[in-house]
Amino acid sequence: MYAARLWSVRHARGLERFYATAERVMVALAPLWRRLGWQRAEKPVAAVERIVKGFLFDCRMCGQCVLGATGMSCPMNCPKNIRNGPCGGVRADGRCEVEPAMRCVWVEGFAGSRRMREGAQAIQVVQWAVDRRLQGRSSWLAVAREKSAGRSA
Amino acid sequence: MKFDDEPVPGYPLPILPGHTSPGRLERVLRSGAFAVTTELDPPDSADPEDVYRRARVFDGCVDAINATDGSGANCHMSSLAVCALLTRVGYAPVMQISCRDRNRIAIQGDILGGAAMGVCNMLCLSGDGVQAGDHPQARPVFDLDCMSLLQIACKLRDRHQFDSGRKLSFAPRVFFGAAANPFVPPFEWRAQRLAKKVAAGAQFIQTQYCYDVPRLREFMKEVEDLGLLGKVFVLVGVGPLRSAKAAEWMRTHVPGIAIPDAVITRLAGAEQPAVEGRRLCVELIQQIREIRGVSGVHVMAYRQEESVAEVIERSGVLAGRVPWTPARDRQSTPTEAAT
Repeated sequence: MYAARLWSVRHARGLERFYATAERVMVALAPLWRRLGWQRAEKPVAAVERIVKGFLFDCRMCGQCVLGATGMSCPMNCPKNIRNGPCGGVRADGRCEVEPAMRCVWVEGFAGSRRMREGAQAIQVVQWAVDRRLQGRSSWLAVAREKSAGRSA
Repeated sequence: MKFDDEPVPGYPLPILPGHTSPGRLERVLRSGAFAVTTELDPPDSADPEDVYRRARVFDGCVDAINATDGSGANCHMSSLAVCALLTRVGYAPVMQISCRDRNRIAIQGDILGGAAMGVCNMLCLSGDGVQAGDHPQARPVFDLDCMSLLQIACKLRDRHQFDSGRKLSFAPRVFFGAAANPFVPPFEWRAQRLAKKVAAGAQFIQTQYCYDVPRLREFMKEVEDLGLLGKVFVLVGVGPLRSAKAAEWMRTHVPGIAIPDAVITRLAGAEQPAVEGRRLCVELIQQIREIRGVSGVHVMAYRQEESVAEVIERSGVLAGRVPWTPARDRQSTPTEAAT
């Protein structure tokens, strides 16, 4: 939802804190995911993630969430899918070149990153090309799997 | 200007230490000379002569010629083909690569192909949205963005690998560039975004049209503060405006072009707006040249290409230097043989 998306950017700091907690919970639940089977957990977790992030960010389920590095503004809403924006076509009023009804995802993202504790640094890191195979998969589960593997190793 | 180790036209120059390409543009920039590049409007035709005719207009006044890649999302001859034609004669083209029409498989193939055809400079762009052009019904690709494109391009060159990790037997030797637009929001982020492009591998930058010199000064100051001078060559985009009406049309219809009201008022008040537009362009170039960190200008004179020579001549930026032209080699060879 567009209004919720703008709200999320305005509350990027709070969401950053919330996300940090949620990530700890997801990682702590790793034994559960493992027992359930990462593959079997995939569908239900992805479904919840789609609903929550769909509402808050108009999430497109790219499967490689970078909201922490984009000021809590989902870059996949950029009509050019730019994950290192904004492009040079931003209108003088900060609206999108392609969809003038929408504010530039990256103008929003830049503003959001300034409100965050770590987001202002994170936005300066170049994001590698997106892996299109992960479309539709859960980022939350991927992060939990990666971080819990790192911990047990 | 002639380097003493230049081979016959169309063949690469030896690569100097610290250089990444066998091309003339990198040499000019690294030598510290003020570089001039321009833009060729690719023809809506399959006739190579249409390309050569458009290139000849710039003979003797530019160091490199950009071949646009479906600019404004309009269909024209491909950048790769225009560049390949230009290198046959010896010109130094800048191949533009837009992420709009091709995925990473096609783009990597084009980088190898372009380099094989003697293209030494490539400009990595995200590209205009399809809505801006003559095929709004087309599917936009945008598999990569300008920065992931730069990373993949540099991986091909420096690590001799495709994005997949598969090895190349011979890497492309290319001078990679990117675009910047300091004249649209969010202003306070533009220099930092340029830093990201440099981190991704950009060696030179060509900016969008500059009609706002104070803003450019601010931007270049930020670029300097970020420690980027010496790491990247910045060529500032300029172009003559034909009339107040044309300027007004450009700023409302072409994405990313910012023209201050003062410029439009000045053109509207002029008796000969086209002459005034060229005069303004000369003044802009002269002011831009004085800004610390600017390595050159990129003259975009869409449908006024014949004015580029005059504008460059009057600006005096070449300081007596004559960039390479096909005629130079045609004339100098017999003379040198005689001596």
